[in-house]
Amino acid sequence: MVYENPDGVRIGLEVHVQLNKLNTKLFCGCSTEYHDSEPNTHVCPVCLGLPGSLPVINEKAVEYAIKIGLALNCSIVEQTQFHRKNYYYPDLPKGFQTTQYDFPIAGEGRIIIEGEDGEHVVGITRAHMEEDPGRLQHMGSIDRSKGTLINYNRSGMTLIEIVSEPDMRSPKEARRYLDKLRSILDYLDVFDGDLEGAMRVDANVSVHWGERVEVKNISSFKGAERALLYEIMRQKNHIRRGGEIVLETRHFDEARGVTISMRTKEEEHDYRYFPEPDLVPLRVADRVPKVRETLPELPDAKRERFMEQYGLGETHARALTTEIKVANFFEEVAAKVDPKDAAVWVSDILKGELNYRELSIDAFTVEDIVAVVELVTANKITEKSAVEIIRTVLDDGGKPQEIVEAKGLLKVEDDIVATAVDEAIAENPEAVADYLGGKEKSLNFLVGKVMQKTKGRADAREAREKVLAKLNE
Amino acid sequence: MITKEEVEHVGWLARIEIDAKESDAYAEKLNSVLDYFGQLDEVDTEGVEPTYHVADIVNVFRKDEVTASMPQEEVLANTEHKQEGNFKAPKIM
Repeated sequence: MVYENPDGVRIGLEVHVQLNKLNTKLFCGCSTEYHDSEPNTHVCPVCLGLPGSLPVINEKAVEYAIKIGLALNCSIVEQTQFHRKNYYYPDLPKGFQTTQYDFPIAGEGRIIIEGEDGEHVVGITRAHMEEDPGRLQHMGSIDRSKGTLINYNRSGMTLIEIVSEPDMRSPKEARRYLDKLRSILDYLDVFDGDLEGAMRVDANVSVHWGERVEVKNISSFKGAERALLYEIMRQKNHIRRGGEIVLETRHFDEARGVTISMRTKEEEHDYRYFPEPDLVPLRVADRVPKVRETLPELPDAKRERFMEQYGLGETHARALTTEIKVANFFEEVAAKVDPKDAAVWVSDILKGELNYRELSIDAFTVEDIVAVVELVTANKITEKSAVEIIRTVLDDGGKPQEIVEAKGLLKVEDDIVATAVDEAIAENPEAVADYLGGKEKSLNFLVGKVMQKTKGRADAREAREKVLAKLNE
Repeated sequence: MITKEEVEHVGWLARIEIDAKESDAYAEKLNSVLDYFGQLDEVDTEGVEPTYHVADIVNVFRKDEVTASMPQEEVLANTEHKQEGNFKAPKIM
């Protein structure tokens, strides 16, 4: 199957990733743990851009940047430096942003995603380091606000901007790209994606291979998909009405789910980039091999290994390797029970129950899922009871063994089932005659009687088999 | 040649209001600066390594260790435009 891209959609994404697992900001020693703090309490002369202050780069931030570049299959530049990108904006107290221009730390790379027609390669144009601006809070909606409040706690946080080629052909592919990128970054342990503003997306979108429009300020992955769907529809309708798409920047209004045209932005030459004189160049080539050694097994490699080592199918292997925490959890479970059972119970059942409750894998223990799987495989409880146990652990707490006892979920002994079958058949001669006369439905009636007699603790499938066997004697 | 329109555009980029009289004067001054750069451009730099930094040093790093930040009152001390610990600015688009 080849995806023909009927609407000629091209999507490129610029993703800003905040390296919030660093202890300090990019150019100063201010703490990165500002999320629950009062405004403007995590700032110093450097991140406020006060006269006479001197930025010094965080060594670990550079290591993380190299690590990310390598994980995205990028080339790492020999020598890199910073530039000043000049524009007057209140979230940048210095009047410029310190960023990278012609020598980004990471050059061309690629990410493989599940595309519309199987595996699809998305090119990475570059990944560069820059500082995060402060946070603006508009008093009311952005286009009708009375004023703006500025909090510089975020100012100076390390950002990695990852720029893709316009290789995505649908909002779905864009979403898959974002999910894959997030997955890789989680594996690298360089950021906590659950913190507010950890990943922010700007999108370039064009239809019918035409001019591109930039959509800014998308703050979530779901938002990205919605913004793209809206923008593609808007452009198509505009063209259908005889309009022309012009290069412009639009803002995504998350609450209304629409994009709004913003004032024309500065062109690249308006930024008057020039080398940052306060920071010396960085020669990073000799650090690369050492950083490469710290790279973990990444999602694609882990997926392959899971298929090979545990004999899992592609779907299970993929579902279990998207999140590093889930992958590790699975491997611990697979060490104790049959890996294929582990895959079914972790991937299909447990993850479903967790998603439904918007919980992460941390909400369940390896020990408990192992106990549940062992109870099922030892034929002591039914699969239905196992699911009930998982739900109970999540909703009310407790240990699987205790829940089994408290709820009387142990499957009844075989002879009790056998007795129930005998009784059901003896007590319902009409149903037996009906079944033998060709009425299939009577079998269900008899099985129902068995379940009733065992108070539902017999396995329905087994009960059915036993009734059948008895009738066919 | 820098035109009056370009001066106005640069003024807009810097968020500075420039009136008509000023833009003529700026155009003239900026052109003389550009002339000077024009002269510099004539110097033969074939085979000369670009200077990225005036001091010939690389890799000045800082450890990822937290140092103290400033107290909020001190951060906001130089402005009258503040609200609930934030700086307050006019509406921004």
